[in-house]
Amino acid sequence: MNTFNIAWKEIKSYFGTPAAYIVGAMFLGLTGVFFVSEVTAPFAEAGVRGIVEWASFFIIFLAPLLTMRLLAEEQKLGTLELLLTSPVRDWEVVLGKYIASFLILAAIVAVTLYYVVLLYSFGDPDTGPVLSGYLGLLLYGAAALAIGLLGSSLSSNQIVAAVVGIAILLMLSFVNLIADIVTGIASEVFNGMSMNEHIVDFSRGVIDTSSVVFFLSLTAVFLFLSIRSLETRRWR
Amino acid sequence: MIEVNNVTKYFGNFPAITDISFRVEQGEIVGFLGPNGAGKSTTMKIITGFLPPTEGSASVAGYDIVTESLDARRHIGYLPETVPLYTEMNVREYLEYMGKIRGMDSARIRTRIDDVVEICHLEDYYSSIIGKLSKGFRQRVGIAQSIIHEPDVLVLDEPTIGIDPIQVVETRQLIKDLGGEHTLIVSTHILPEVSQICERVIVIHEGQIVAIDEPDNLARRLLGRERVDLQVKGPQQEVLAILSDVPGVQTANRVNIQRGELPQYRVESESGVEIRAALAQKVVESGYELHRLEAVTMSLEEIFLRLTTEEEDIVDGSAENAA
Repeated sequence: MNTFNIAWKEIKSYFGTPAAYIVGAMFLGLTGVFFVSEVTAPFAEAGVRGIVEWASFFIIFLAPLLTMRLLAEEQKLGTLELLLTSPVRDWEVVLGKYIASFLILAAIVAVTLYYVVLLYSFGDPDTGPVLSGYLGLLLYGAAALAIGLLGSSLSSNQIVAAVVGIAILLMLSFVNLIADIVTGIASEVFNGMSMNEHIVDFSRGVIDTSSVVFFLSLTAVFLFLSIRSLETRRWR
Repeated sequence: MIEVNNVTKYFGNFPAITDISFRVEQGEIVGFLGPNGAGKSTTMKIITGFLPPTEGSASVAGYDIVTESLDARRHIGYLPETVPLYTEMNVREYLEYMGKIRGMDSARIRTRIDDVVEICHLEDYYSSIIGKLSKGFRQRVGIAQSIIHEPDVLVLDEPTIGIDPIQVVETRQLIKDLGGEHTLIVSTHILPEVSQICERVIVIHEGQIVAIDEPDNLARRLLGRERVDLQVKGPQQEVLAILSDVPGVQTANRVNIQRGELPQYRVESESGVEIRAALAQKVVESGYELHRLEAVTMSLEEIFLRLTTEEEDIVDGSAENAA
């Protein structure tokens, strides 16, 4: 119930502040540009593969912008003290805020479904990869928001929060570049850690259980770290 | 209602408070008095469960603030030093949200908001955006927030800081009115406030309790000594000599320097000695005119200064008394 109340309050404030609109507009604008270039390329196929991969790249920058306010502002306004002295558990605070940000991101991603409508009306895309692509995007977004939230829990400055989130996301997305340099088991480990490597499967229409588990555990770990980080606020 | 037992809190190696113990009974208004940095806010943060104590324990309404934190927090209303407000919300939204996260149902929140808004005189600002309110009104919204869930215990950290004098008077009255139903701890570094609002004072200095008493008792206990102002017509040196000669007088000084007025003297007795009668007699016997003789009570300000200066005897004395 507390989680729901906190989530509801955050959703309302997303609609009351410009951040979510700006993030949404940027996301739609950027994915739109790449959607057009994908479908107008010679021998283009009717599919969402291109959009999903580009969209996941943009989420690296946009998810932390959605989450940066959530805990950083509470610290800055001093309302965190109020929240943590109310009969609310720390995890309820973190989870409530996380759910709010996830619903907003899901709503933004849902708007891109009109690309899919266009694909179906002018072409004949495979339904499988479209569904798996969007599932992958949501899982990627879920993990990205959890990472962004950790950033927000670490600082009372929203900019710092966003930068920390983006930095962690960039590392976790592009560690597969290291995998190309090294060989053997190390290469596999780096590939396994890479968010990019896992999203590619989804965009191709493959729902690999290990990739689903990867994104879900990433989300769980970073939410857990956020809760811990919030708890340490009490000690400082 | 509130019990604090031997609480110590370290920030790194720095002890913010050391070995603090006190009790607050139901319905009491207790003042927490100390200069900035004395450890008032830290103590309050520990009582409200925001900070865990390094050593010792505390309980609110019978619930330990560490092991039964959620139950304890349900009974506490808290106004931190920096009033915590969501500036983009309006007053009603804010109070609704605060009620919700304290587990109130919507019907009760609705009736309670009306009450609280009336108590805090916020009727005209019901739908104002908090960010646009003046400091004094924000303070009231902060207090409204702390009482919305009808807590047994109210913890107010410097509730009158930074607001204009008229609002200070109103806020003090508001706090006094709240005293009937709630158990209150009010911290402040403003002395008159304590004697106006509180039934009991806890004086804290450098993280330690220096004295716990009623404001009046505090004055009496510390005093034990009398202070008398006199106006005497006569040569100053001689008058001073006469005054100093009275048995039991510790110091005698001339205080006023205004021209045209009779010289005024301030005499302090040794502790436990009554000197007024003897003073009057001596002055009259010496043949000078005694125009005025008046016992002066020591203001809490001075007591406080005495309490918090590093005078070993006073500190030791009150530590014994507190224990």
